[in-house]
Amino acid sequence: MIKLVGIAIVALGFALRGNTLLVVVAAGIATGLAAGMGFNEIMAAFGNYFVEYRYLTLTVVLTLPVVGLLERYGLRERAEALIRRSRAATAGRVLVVYTAVRQVSIALGINIGGQAAMTRPLVSPMAEGAAHARAGPLPPATTETIRAHAAAAENIGNFFGEDTVFAVGAVLVIQSTLHEAGHDVSLWLLSWWGIPTAIAAFVLWVWRARVLDRRINREVAAGKEAQR
Amino acid sequence: MRLLSLDVFYVVAGMLLLGVAIGLAMDRSQPKRFGSALFWGVLAITFIAGNLVPPVVIGYLALALVLLAATKRMGGAKAAETSAEQRSASAARLGFWIFVPALLIPVTAVLGTLGLSKLHVGDVWLFSTVNVPVVSICLGAVVAVAAGLLLTRAPLRTPVNEGGRLLQTVGWAVILPQFLAVLGGIFAQAGVGAVVADLVARIFPMQFPFVAVLAYCAGMALFTICMGNAFAAFAVITLGIGLPFVVQAHHGNVAIMAAIGMLSGYCGTLVTPMAANFNLVPAMLLELKDKNAVIKAQAPVALAVWTFNVLLMYLCVYRF
Repeated sequence: MIKLVGIAIVALGFALRGNTLLVVVAAGIATGLAAGMGFNEIMAAFGNYFVEYRYLTLTVVLTLPVVGLLERYGLRERAEALIRRSRAATAGRVLVVYTAVRQVSIALGINIGGQAAMTRPLVSPMAEGAAHARAGPLPPATTETIRAHAAAAENIGNFFGEDTVFAVGAVLVIQSTLHEAGHDVSLWLLSWWGIPTAIAAFVLWVWRARVLDRRINREVAAGKEAQR
Repeated sequence: MRLLSLDVFYVVAGMLLLGVAIGLAMDRSQPKRFGSALFWGVLAITFIAGNLVPPVVIGYLALALVLLAATKRMGGAKAAETSAEQRSASAARLGFWIFVPALLIPVTAVLGTLGLSKLHVGDVWLFSTVNVPVVSICLGAVVAVAAGLLLTRAPLRTPVNEGGRLLQTVGWAVILPQFLAVLGGIFAQAGVGAVVADLVARIFPMQFPFVAVLAYCAGMALFTICMGNAFAAFAVITLGIGLPFVVQAHHGNVAIMAAIGMLSGYCGTLVTPMAANFNLVPAMLLELKDKNAVIKAQAPVALAVWTFNVLLMYLCVYRF
């Protein structure tokens, strides 16, 4: 039970809103000590995992220069202007289309981007532009909501497309874990059983996108009302 | 031989971080410039020399990064140097071409995954075989910078400076995903998962088939919320709850249980700040005031998909 000290520290740290990095490191050190590791041993484990997982930071670091460069030359403004020309576009529809593209491409094993390469420079400006064209100037809180949903569109497409059709990533993890436990399962069967949830997640996302569009209209109308 | 692997891009990213650090240190108008420069400089060392230095040294360097962040030695990002009007004007001048470098990242990712990873001359391969999607995106990012420089005729220091400005916007949160993975590794090494699985198995009345399914899906979601990583949760919860109860005790189908179980874990990923790369880093990137806004946007879908998963698994796992 003493080994659960790390989970307790994480829960407490988040509840008290401590610096997340500090909370996480404290939890790691406490867990290591509770498991009987020495401090240098813990630091060596930290170093090992830190180096092994550099790829989590790598894509963000490498994509930010081009995103920053293009934003300086008006990429976000251009993406907003482009979407304003479309009469059918709403913020919700833009996000649904992006989630669909993301789900299908990741299902084929292709990762088309992520939060730094797609959401910030393209998807979120387009969603904001569509909402602006439809409803009028957006209150700051509404812009925040649209941006948060743009990040959600990326995550939901990514997560619930991955385990279908083409065996990549998670399906391989599942197979090797089960294999080590003495169960051999075909990749096809695992992918097949990922499909119902993928469809359900997409349908639910369409619902959330419609809720978002209604919320935008309501908040913009309330904003205009307040100005009168 | 592999020409392009993660190691190559670690060095490229390290050089970039070093450039950012030097740029910040020399910029007198930057608040807390030396703290920020030190942070990105130390991170650069872990990228460039990660495999050359003993792990214990990297461990202490990582600890130094945390202390720099926790004692607020880092300054924020400066505002964009260009105005919205200037940007709109240059966007109008460049027209559709401004999208080309941005779209080169996904296009290169597609080409990389489908074709480039299979290119080779004798024993010399273009791509490393591990982590092809990540390598493809990295290559795409480098190609896109080159195209962006050609298009805008900006000097090389512009992408470094602008990239540095965005890095400052994200701040220390950019390395949070790495630390959460570290924590997951330490948890695994210390055997935390087995304790959690044992606890869940004792609390729930596992003689009922539905309870076994519920406990497994709940275990996947809750442990993912704690760890921030469904893959780490999968091994622990499947070995501790899934296989002994759903499969052995109630004769459920292994493939159905595992596939839907992993997706139940993802529902946990959508609602936890521990999955920083998915939930917190975007909040910083999109400059949101509420750092939990992304989680709030995802929570209704996560809960609904999780409920769907429990029902689907219960209806199918004992039947096929």
